[in-house]
Amino acid sequence: MHSERASWGLRLAAWGGLVFLHFPILIIFLYAFNTEDAAFSFPPKGFTLKWFSVAFARQDVLDAIGLSLQIACLATLIAMILGTLAAAALYRRDFFGKEGISLMLILPIALPGIVTGLALLAAFKSLGIEPGVLTIVIGHATFCVVIVYNNVIARLRRTSHSLIEASMDLGADGWQTFRYIILPNLGSALLAGGMLAFALSFDEIIVTTFTAGHERTLPLWLLNQLSRPRDVPVTNVVAMLVMLVTMLPILGAYYLTRGGEGVAGSGK
Amino acid sequence: MQLALDTRTAAVGGPLRRLSSLLYRKPNLYLSLLLVPPLLWFGAIYLGSLLALLWQGFYTFDDFTMAVTPELTLANLGALFQPANYDIILRTLGMAVAVSLAAGLLAFPIAYYMARYTRGKTKAFFYIAVMLPMWASYIVKAYAWTLLLAKGGVAQWFVDHLGLAPLLQLVLGIPGIGGSTLSTSHLGRFLVFVYIWLPFMILPIQASLERLPPNLLQASADLGARPAQTFRQVILPLSIPGIAAGSIFTFSLTLGDFIVPQLVGPPGYFIGSMVYAQQGAIGNLPMAAAFTLVPIVLIAIYLSIVKRLGAFDAL
Repeated sequence: MHSERASWGLRLAAWGGLVFLHFPILIIFLYAFNTEDAAFSFPPKGFTLKWFSVAFARQDVLDAIGLSLQIACLATLIAMILGTLAAAALYRRDFFGKEGISLMLILPIALPGIVTGLALLAAFKSLGIEPGVLTIVIGHATFCVVIVYNNVIARLRRTSHSLIEASMDLGADGWQTFRYIILPNLGSALLAGGMLAFALSFDEIIVTTFTAGHERTLPLWLLNQLSRPRDVPVTNVVAMLVMLVTMLPILGAYYLTRGGEGVAGSGK
Repeated sequence: MQLALDTRTAAVGGPLRRLSSLLYRKPNLYLSLLLVPPLLWFGAIYLGSLLALLWQGFYTFDDFTMAVTPELTLANLGALFQPANYDIILRTLGMAVAVSLAAGLLAFPIAYYMARYTRGKTKAFFYIAVMLPMWASYIVKAYAWTLLLAKGGVAQWFVDHLGLAPLLQLVLGIPGIGGSTLSTSHLGRFLVFVYIWLPFMILPIQASLERLPPNLLQASADLGARPAQTFRQVILPLSIPGIAAGSIFTFSLTLGDFIVPQLVGPPGYFIGSMVYAQQGAIGNLPMAAAFTLVPIVLIAIYLSIVKRLGAFDAL
């Protein structure tokens, strides 16, 4: 069946679709090196690296990068712990409310960001919590859990439970089993989930708008920049960096989780 | 053998070993220990917040003092049906439907080609090529489009060099779609939405086509169906769950967005921008809360429709 050739129209549509998906991203990479101050003209007149040094000399840029990194690390850590616990609890046994729990984990990314954002804001306001770094982290961790959960539970389902029983039978305690059997099996899936959660948190803007208070993460900084045409070259450089930070984890996660069918003990 | 026994008896005495044996013998205890942290987090923080939000939707906002008082009222919900707010809802809903349809049309050939005509390295290449733009920064993608669509920008360069300027003017002249320039038109906003959510449509369709058994297609051909008939009567119906699953993302994500409407397109609120404006500049959290009910209800209705199409099996 697969030996037949695709028609020209289909091939054009498929490859054309890929070009459409990547063209705006290439534009961002192109304009980061643009020599002009107002970088709207196309094609660019020339290329330079000078805007990189300008951007990295700006304290507001560095502050925003630092804040976003800090928030993404904290949110990822919380999401990895909670997501792994939830996956370990849900992957094998059936119990009352299991469906409800998995629905609840998905809800923060299934509902529009404005709902999650406004809900958190309403709760923080009624509890008298001042929005800041902590509230941003809470928001991000909440929707990152499901990313880790999905990666870990997929791996757990492919790992044979008899490996764990065998380890316990052979005299390993819970920690040893976790350290030598579960963790090596889970490791790459956990890392992949963590990388994706990091990328998601680093880039999140809609929930963050509501929970940030006076803090300015990198995406919020970028959004604010868009109403300042004078800063276009610096904005372009930062835009390219944000693009890289969010795209590289997906490549890493792909290489970590591909070929997972060959996980030890999967042929149970 | 003796050594093995010795280490084993030693291990039995260890507190970790005793704990793991206890947890193994009492699976319910083990389960609840695992579940308590995520349940606490989601129950207290997330569900608690959602309830707080719904509750706030019934609070009273005083237009003169600009203050919120905890007197319960249905006025906010009633206000959703005022013509001005009704317009916002219809505008957003229309855009979400249009974006979902266009994303489906664009995504299908890509997904179809990926599933049926690529293998090995090419398939992996396509997969990554769709995943990368999907995960690449949302705000930067939106920003890229403001660069593309701007006056003197890339889109205009292409339009001018391909001699399409009169055609563009004609399209921009259509009421309800056009606008004065590409970056302030409904068309421009629609393009950005379709671009940003397209990968979310491609992957579910590709997954559903990937599951299609090849012998079904052979059977159809053996029974005398032309390729077009096979496509219409076998492939398309079996890919409906994937299309429906993808449309959940495009529909829900468009419905709640307020960044793209702010950056590209004509003035006029979307549901998201209305929520943002109400809680921010105006300080009317109750009205904002009532407005968030709209996407929740619309998505619930939408989910109940696509569930019948089998979308949940294709997620």
